[in-house]
Amino acid sequence: MSKDQGIGASSKRREDIRFLTGKGQYTDDMNRPGQTHAFILRSAVAHGIIDSIDVSAAGAAPGVVRVFTATDMEGLGGVPCGWQITDKNGQPMKEPKHPILAEGRVRHVGDPIAVVVAETLNQARDAAELIDVNITELPAQVDMTSAISSDTAVHEEAPDNICFDWDFVAENREAVDEAIAGAHHVTTLKLVNNRLVANPMEPRCAIGEYNAATGEHTLYTTSQNPHVIRLLMGAFVLSIPEHKLRVVAPDVGGGFGSKIYHYAEEAFVTWASKQIGRPIKWTSDRSEAFVSDAQGRDHVTKVELALDRDGKFLALRCSTLANMGAYLSTFAPCIPTWLHGTLLAGNYTTPLIFTNVKAVFTNTVPVDAYRGAGRPEATFQLERTIDKAAREMGICPIELRRRNFIQPDQYPYATPVAVEYDSGNYAATMDKAVEMADIAGFPVRKAESAARGKLRGLGVAGYIEACGIAPSTLVGALGARAGLYEAATVRVNPTGSVSVFTGSHSHGQGHETTFAQVVADRLGCDESNIEIVHGDTAKIPFGMGTYGSRSLAVGGSAIVKSVGKIVAKARKIAAHLMEASDADVEFADGEFSVPGTNKKVTWGDVALAAYVPHNFPHETLEPGLEETSFYDPANFTYPAGAYVCEVEVDPETGAVAVLNFTAADDFGNVVNPMIVEGQVHGGLAQGIGQALLEGCVYDADGQLVSASFMDYAMPRADDLPGFSVDHSSVTPCTHNPLGAKGCGEAGAIGSPPALVNAVVDALEERGVTHIDMPLTPRRVWEAMNAQ
Amino acid sequence: MTTVSMIVNGNPVSGDVEGRTLLVQFLRENLGLTGTHVGCDTSQCGACVVHVNGESVKSCSVPAVACEGSRITTIEGMANPDGSLGAIQQAFQDNHGLQCGFCTPGMVMSAADLLQKNANPTETEIRDWLEGNLCRCTGYHNIVRSIQAAAAAMNGRARAAG
Repeated sequence: MSKDQGIGASSKRREDIRFLTGKGQYTDDMNRPGQTHAFILRSAVAHGIIDSIDVSAAGAAPGVVRVFTATDMEGLGGVPCGWQITDKNGQPMKEPKHPILAEGRVRHVGDPIAVVVAETLNQARDAAELIDVNITELPAQVDMTSAISSDTAVHEEAPDNICFDWDFVAENREAVDEAIAGAHHVTTLKLVNNRLVANPMEPRCAIGEYNAATGEHTLYTTSQNPHVIRLLMGAFVLSIPEHKLRVVAPDVGGGFGSKIYHYAEEAFVTWASKQIGRPIKWTSDRSEAFVSDAQGRDHVTKVELALDRDGKFLALRCSTLANMGAYLSTFAPCIPTWLHGTLLAGNYTTPLIFTNVKAVFTNTVPVDAYRGAGRPEATFQLERTIDKAAREMGICPIELRRRNFIQPDQYPYATPVAVEYDSGNYAATMDKAVEMADIAGFPVRKAESAARGKLRGLGVAGYIEACGIAPSTLVGALGARAGLYEAATVRVNPTGSVSVFTGSHSHGQGHETTFAQVVADRLGCDESNIEIVHGDTAKIPFGMGTYGSRSLAVGGSAIVKSVGKIVAKARKIAAHLMEASDADVEFADGEFSVPGTNKKVTWGDVALAAYVPHNFPHETLEPGLEETSFYDPANFTYPAGAYVCEVEVDPETGAVAVLNFTAADDFGNVVNPMIVEGQVHGGLAQGIGQALLEGCVYDADGQLVSASFMDYAMPRADDLPGFSVDHSSVTPCTHNPLGAKGCGEAGAIGSPPALVNAVVDALEERGVTHIDMPLTPRRVWEAMNAQ
Repeated sequence: MTTVSMIVNGNPVSGDVEGRTLLVQFLRENLGLTGTHVGCDTSQCGACVVHVNGESVKSCSVPAVACEGSRITTIEGMANPDGSLGAIQQAFQDNHGLQCGFCTPGMVMSAADLLQKNANPTETEIRDWLEGNLCRCTGYHNIVRSIQAAAAAMNGRARAAG
């Protein structure tokens, strides 16, 4: 095997060839024989009672096959939620039904009311204009603070619009209150974590197909986890058993969380294709995506941090309103709770932590995980508040962090918020970031900016995240309605090539390359002989999918586990071929040998013998060379790092230019550095986007004002700097076989506080202590001029 | 329906289209050239960029009938005659200039037009040029590096040939 292969090599991505030549196969690139097209009529109002729907004219329009409303779908389940939170009084969260099509009431702009299925999309769209819907509008609940004191409920089941009221860690509450009451210094900060739209470049798409001969349903869909969709849709919505339901997610054009969830459109096309006896395709356009893809973040929080005279953190108290939107999306309840409260210790030794989270129903699009999911919200609270505390106490923000870092000799480190960090070295990543960003040279650069009339600022943030979600026993105890293991089958084919079937599903992460590197490394064979198969429930034994930076740490570990079983079996076959004992056989560089003899057999010999077992002792050695494993992690993994952002603010306009961005991460062991760096770049762009540009804006009537790329500010190439990234600080994960921690979300978690800290630093002399994201020129200018 | 004819990736093609059929729909639905993608409905994202008579154009903003007689190049027409990756495509692979691949065809087509207009663009010029192409995966860092590498490779080749 050449040195440019295997674990640690920046192998070029094999999937790139098809993407670069236009041969990628995304869901919308597929068409099934006899296919029809669906167009969804969605609510134009945020909240109202449907008085009547008349579809007669639409049903008679040219090309229309059938028009569906909720009355056609009686008896079907609602779109399920996969996580139950128990509130502070021991009661389960309020979990109203989320119907496939609106049942008598619309609860957000974009709520689907009717579907026209026609021969062409244009015919379906034209016919939808003929549907006559009468809606009596109700007051829209948009702002969370007013929603929880409103007389108008989004759902009858939650009259105060509160889905759950959650204390964590409840037993810490009194001690936290006491520590804050008696502290030398308390820093208080109220902040908003702005609502975002994931906006993967590929809009969602779903094709349903029914085979009347076999009774099998097939759903082709833009999903990060086809097996999860099969489970949720088959078991809870349509009552189709797994052996009659195949879910295929071909190439997926980005997801960032938004393609984890089971969506109503998937259930509709799967069910309706049987009703009409023809395949049905639905493709979201971008405007539709803005009002139907689950959105992210949207927390309003108050943070109080108590410190002693020396700046040691004594206690942290937070209270958050978390927007759920109009219905509970698949993972929504776990985002502001278990993926948020458990990260409030950050990189620090804060001994006492308490948070209260109230999840609120509003007449807005459902909110769920978006890159980072709960961890960016926790990190932003902590790292902004620490920065404010440093300024209030006159301590360097970097020094204040260092005084409170968990030290390398303290691992495993049990935080007061229920998790145990296995490894880390936060001072090492901070040292690296300080060096890379040339913080020592900042005063000179600041003076140079000042000479040009510009205000330069430097901001730092640490972060930690919990990745590799997650131990099934733990998440089960916390309310997950599924296990969060991963499955993998490794099949050695008769001529020696290897097929790997993984439940992880790439939507841009390069699994076909990275997983092949892992297998090549472990088997000592060439990467080109290894095929990675994913995204099809008919081919893969099982899977929980790709999210939470889990694919390598959990999915990769499942592959490693299967490879281990393969090697053990191959060793037996080799021993048989060499007439040696298993224990005497050594496996290295793809060859089996008996040390001290000239006996050796190649990988190819063993593979062929496995399938041509002419003289196998069948009572002790089965033919074939294929193994399946389920890997359930023992703990989360805890990537961490330090980020530095340098900005220049134009005092005339409030415009912020990001000049440099430095990320020093500890991801544990890295398989493909090129891909890891690319993941960080992408995460940084989304985090900088959140901090500087992006924000969902609903008006008082619940209309999404920012519902297109003309109104929602996606980061563009000229909004961003080049990035300086490093992952040379390595503390391997202690509990998975690769020592890998996960890198997919880090950039989006650590960058927003670094950027906001930098802008506040630039404006400190103007008396600015905080600005809510996104830091648009107007907000920055107003903050500067309000003092 | 109107019959429209054009030359796509060197091949004469024709088809019947409605007046409202966009060039991108004609390419994807009539010709099955699904490498050109639709990422938005407001002509913002650039996933659908193709070349019309040698110039980069967002194919979602042009009716197919307006391209009667035009010469169109799509991502499917960018490889070398022997099927290997063209210089820009190769630079994108070498520099990890793509992740999910959805914006990539538009990025490559846009980059190709930039490099034929400006053989040695600065980083700022590249970032300005890409203003009409959205990527959600890469943060543009490696796309910029890819285009710089492609420029260097193409200039090197031009020097060697000259």
